[in-house]
Amino acid sequence: MEWRPTAGLDVLATRAHLLELTRDFFSAGGVMEVQTPALVSSSCPDPNIPSIVATPHGGRTMFLHTSPEHAMKRMLCAGSGDIYQIAPVFRDGEAGRHHNPEFTLIEWYRTGYDRQAMAAETVVLIKTLLQREAVVEQITYADAFLRHADIDPHSATVDDLAAACGRNDIARPESVPATRDAWLDLLLTSVVVPAFNADKIYVLYDYPASQAALARVRDTTPAVAERFEVFYGGLELANGFHELSDATEQRKRFLSEQARYAITGRTTPPVDERLLQALEHGLPDCAGVALGFDRVVMLAAGRNSLSEVLAFPYDRA
Amino acid sequence: MASYSTNEFRSGLKVMLDNDPHAIIENEFVKPGKGQAFNRVKLKNLRTGRVIDKTFKSGESIEAADVIDTEMQYLYSDGEFFHFMTPDTFEQYAAEPVIIGDAGQWLKEQDICLVTLWNNSPLVVAPPNFVELKIVQTDPGLRGDTAQGGVKPATLETGAVVRVPLFVEEGEVIKVDTRTGEYVSRARD
Repeated sequence: MEWRPTAGLDVLATRAHLLELTRDFFSAGGVMEVQTPALVSSSCPDPNIPSIVATPHGGRTMFLHTSPEHAMKRMLCAGSGDIYQIAPVFRDGEAGRHHNPEFTLIEWYRTGYDRQAMAAETVVLIKTLLQREAVVEQITYADAFLRHADIDPHSATVDDLAAACGRNDIARPESVPATRDAWLDLLLTSVVVPAFNADKIYVLYDYPASQAALARVRDTTPAVAERFEVFYGGLELANGFHELSDATEQRKRFLSEQARYAITGRTTPPVDERLLQALEHGLPDCAGVALGFDRVVMLAAGRNSLSEVLAFPYDRA
Repeated sequence: MASYSTNEFRSGLKVMLDNDPHAIIENEFVKPGKGQAFNRVKLKNLRTGRVIDKTFKSGESIEAADVIDTEMQYLYSDGEFFHFMTPDTFEQYAAEPVIIGDAGQWLKEQDICLVTLWNNSPLVVAPPNFVELKIVQTDPGLRGDTAQGGVKPATLETGAVVRVPLFVEEGEVIKVDTRTGEYVSRARD
C-alpha cells in the first residue's frame, strides 16, 4: 500500500505559493474570503454534474457540493458584496488525467461586473498565478465551431453534428447521445478545443442558450447565454456567468434539469428553495466564475496530470 | 455475464466488442465542465490485432471478455499445431499457426510463454521477452572490422534471422529481445 504523496514536495510548495498569490490578488481587489459548507441539503441538479450523496448517520439525505455557487449567491443576496472562496468540491464519476472526483475551485463574484469584465479579471488572475504572459483570444462558441469543426452549433441538427464527428474521425459513441447538447459536448472536447493553440489563452463565450446553466440569456437571434469559459491551450480552466437573478426562470431551469437527473436513476438533489428565496429577495447585478485551481497548479508546475499536483488523488485518498 | 462500466476502464482490460475480444490500450476521460462526459478508448482486437478507436458515453457498461493470460510451457510443433502446457496442471492446449504468427520464430521447446486463452482456447501467444538461441549459420567475422560496429546476419536454431556483431560465431548461443528482434549479448556460460 502506497502512503506517500503522488505530488513532489516541490510541486506542493508551488501549490502553497499559488494559494498565497490568490489570496493576495483578492485582498488587493477588495474581495472578501468566505467559507460555505461542503455538506449541503441541496446541490446542483444538472445531471452532467452528479453529486455524491453523503448521508450523516440518522440524518436526512445530504450531498457534497459540486460548487459553492448556491451558498455564495445567498451571501450576495444578503448583501455581502464581492466575495471569493477556495473550496474543495466533489463531482461523482469524474476521474482521468485532468479530472479527480474531489478538486479545488477558486470561485468568486463581482457585483456590477458583466460577462466581459468577469472574463477579463479571470484572465488576469490566471496570468498572475502562472507568472507568464500569453496571447488572449476571444472567440464565440459559434466561431470556434465554424473554424475548427466546420459547423454552426446553433443551427446544426443532430444528424449534422453526428456527420461532423464522422468527418473529424471521432468514433460515433456506442450509444448515441440523446441530446443535441451532448453531441456539441463531444465535438467541443474532441475536435474544437484540441485544435486550440497550446500557447494561447482562449475566452470562449456566447454559449448556446440550452447550455446557459445559471447564466442570463441574451435575447438575440440565436439567443445565447451570457456564459464564458477560459482555456489555456486545450485545457479548460474556468467557467463564468453574468448571473441569472430571475427566481422564476431559475426555478424553471432547476425543474427541467431535475427531470433529466431523475432519469439517470440517481438520488436527485431537491430544488434549492433557499437559493430561490434569496433570489426573490434580490441578487445584486453580478458576475461569477469558478477556476479549477489544481489545473492551474498543473500548468504552473509544468506537469501533465492532476495526480502529479494533488498530494493524494482519489485512488490514494 | 460480467460487464465493466466506463469508470472501471483501464489499459489491459479485456472486453467484448462486435463479438470479438478486445484489450483496452488507452482510455481517456473527456468532459466539458458542464457537459456530457465521454470515454475515448483505443482498443486492440485480440483476434485480428487491429487497433480501433471507440467513444463511450461515460457510465455505459460493456461486456467483459472471458479472456485470461496464463503462463504455459511450449512443448513442440507437430507441423500443424503448436502445443503448450500449463506447468501446474499439465493441461495441454494446441494453437494454430495463425494464432502463433511471428512469435513462432522465437519459440524454443520448454520456454515459458504467455498464452491468452479465450473461451478456453489460445488466442494470443507471446514469447518470453528474452530468449537464448543457438546460431546455426553465420559467416565468419573478419578480424579488425569491429571498430565500425559492423553487423552480419545470423540464422538461429528456430529459423529466425537476427543481426549480430561480427565477433559472434556459428555455434554460439546468444540472447535476443523478442520485442525488437535485436541481439542483446552472448548468452552467459
